[in-house]
Amino acid sequence: MDNRLPLVDIMEEGTHRRHDDIGSFEYTYKAEIMNIYPMTASEKLYQIQIIEPDRRNRFSFQPGQFVMLEIPGVGEAPFSISSSPIRHGFVELCIRNVGNLTGFLARMQRGAQIGIRGPFGTQFPVGEMEGSDVLLVAGGLGIVPLRSAILTVLENRSRYGSVDIVYGAKTPSELLFTYQYEMWRKFDINLSIIVETPDDEWKGPTGFLTRILEDRVAQAGANFAANTYAIVCGPPVMFKHVCGMLTKAGIPMQKMFVSLERRMHCGRGKCCRCNIGSTYTCLKGPVFDYWSIMNLKEAI
Amino acid sequence: MIFKVFGKKELPRLFDVIAVNRVVGPVQKGTDKNGSPLHTFGEVRDFAELSLDYKTTILSAKRFVLPFHETLCTFRVTENGWEKDVDFNVRGPTVFFGLHACDINAFNRLDKVLMESVYPTPYYASKRKNMFIIGTNCEPQPYCFCRSMGTDTALHGFDLFLTDIGDRYFAEVQSATAYNFLLQIKTADPKEKDHQRYMDVVAEKNKKFTAHVDNTDLTKILDMEFQSQAWKEWGDKCLSCGTCANVCPTCYCYGVEETVDMNATGARKIKSLHSCNLIDFAEVAGGHNFRPERHSRLKYRYYHKHRGFVEAFEESLCVGCGRCGEACLADITVPEVIASVRGEGH
Repeated sequence: MDNRLPLVDIMEEGTHRRHDDIGSFEYTYKAEIMNIYPMTASEKLYQIQIIEPDRRNRFSFQPGQFVMLEIPGVGEAPFSISSSPIRHGFVELCIRNVGNLTGFLARMQRGAQIGIRGPFGTQFPVGEMEGSDVLLVAGGLGIVPLRSAILTVLENRSRYGSVDIVYGAKTPSELLFTYQYEMWRKFDINLSIIVETPDDEWKGPTGFLTRILEDRVAQAGANFAANTYAIVCGPPVMFKHVCGMLTKAGIPMQKMFVSLERRMHCGRGKCCRCNIGSTYTCLKGPVFDYWSIMNLKEAI
Repeated sequence: MIFKVFGKKELPRLFDVIAVNRVVGPVQKGTDKNGSPLHTFGEVRDFAELSLDYKTTILSAKRFVLPFHETLCTFRVTENGWEKDVDFNVRGPTVFFGLHACDINAFNRLDKVLMESVYPTPYYASKRKNMFIIGTNCEPQPYCFCRSMGTDTALHGFDLFLTDIGDRYFAEVQSATAYNFLLQIKTADPKEKDHQRYMDVVAEKNKKFTAHVDNTDLTKILDMEFQSQAWKEWGDKCLSCGTCANVCPTCYCYGVEETVDMNATGARKIKSLHSCNLIDFAEVAGGHNFRPERHSRLKYRYYHKHRGFVEAFEESLCVGCGRCGEACLADITVPEVIASVRGEGH
């Protein structure tokens, strides 16, 4: 009798019921850097397109999701998608030069081949928000994931009520996507920009963005929260203040959404690095409603 | 399930039948400072090398499915860019001879997150599907609290489970392959007295547990006691060395690093198991650390095992093997930590 055990091939049909997921676990789309736009001293906008046309058509995402960007031999890291989901196989990533991978990326030229895995994570509820007023709040780099929602709202402007964007940065030189503000305003949007520390040329308001929000709440009075969805993106310290304030103003916790950031190595709920208390940011997030965040220990 | 009994002399013969395959089992690695034997899981070629009377092993059998370092893929530089080659690193079928119930259950629980959840990982699944497991019964040690975690018996996840009932083995047969192996040695169908003897052995074993963990409402208590001073106290003792995760049969957290080959014609992506107690676990580029304090990292380990995993999969990730407490340089043990967080004995 042959007592040798057979070798089981996990990729054989019928071995695992999630055959396709097994096969695509480590799949990386080959992508090309089409264009690079310097935005500030440390941030650049990278336009990235998946190279193979049939793969490109299969790659679609929702606003709020993120991708893993891989440079072979250098590393891999998660980045929020800043562009509108309307173009398949094409993403814009706004990336600050801050570490190993992003430092390497900052030295790359257009035409370079990189890898993209994903998209991963949950999305901003842009569909659910239709028919409602929309308040979009971004602090600092928070504008990066939020821009995807902004563009989606603009592209379908007639489906939403009033749209308010409040964006705060430390200094005017750190403001991102400045070239687009005029275009955004053309879509009947109330765009307010505030900086903490003005320079000589700054003519807008100064202070924290809660100042703008307070004015906005006071101005709208009791009608403010009745039919409003809010999305808040920014540093953790901002969530507490802004979300707390908006909750007081009457926006229900389940209609307020935030996008969190954590260290990630897989994007698939396996490496545990993005775990918050008991939840994986990559699977249940990065977009959470405020109620979920309140229920997660150590989230903000 | 089908049950069989066979005499003790038949076990080496069963080993020889199976040993045409790669066999991994408990072997003595050395002795501790008191002269007691220390065991590990290693490749076995002869039945005499097996130490089936081992108490526990220092490292779990995890490393055979979750190696401490594993190449996830390699890259080849080509004219137009690069090509990625993925290999799941399967070494072929392996027989695990002599796993205790806690270690079998550890694999069952890892399956839930690594093989059965969304995004099953092929690296784990491909090795896991090539395991043939023979379990053996064990003697509860002072640090074993598997009974509290519901892992003192294995209900599935093995091919054959052997219980020593004195002069013979009581075998639970769970796969056709195992049954075929048994056909090649002298076995008998168990009689009423064998059943009784088996029940007696289990009852005797259950009396010997001394370490316990109270899991009643633990997920809620962990949330209520999130700010408890007890975490701070244990955190002050903790050395953040990650030894607990190293020896744990269910710790699967990892990090990924990429390196360029020396001749610069390729690169590789290497996954290395990590520990949530290590200082850089939640540190991101730019230097922000989401868990800079030792106590928050230690607390997180308990949150993942005893709260997060329970929430997701209805059972704790901890199997109560007690290895982490035994290996801990600061004498931090799970039963003590949980008792103090529950407000007992502090």
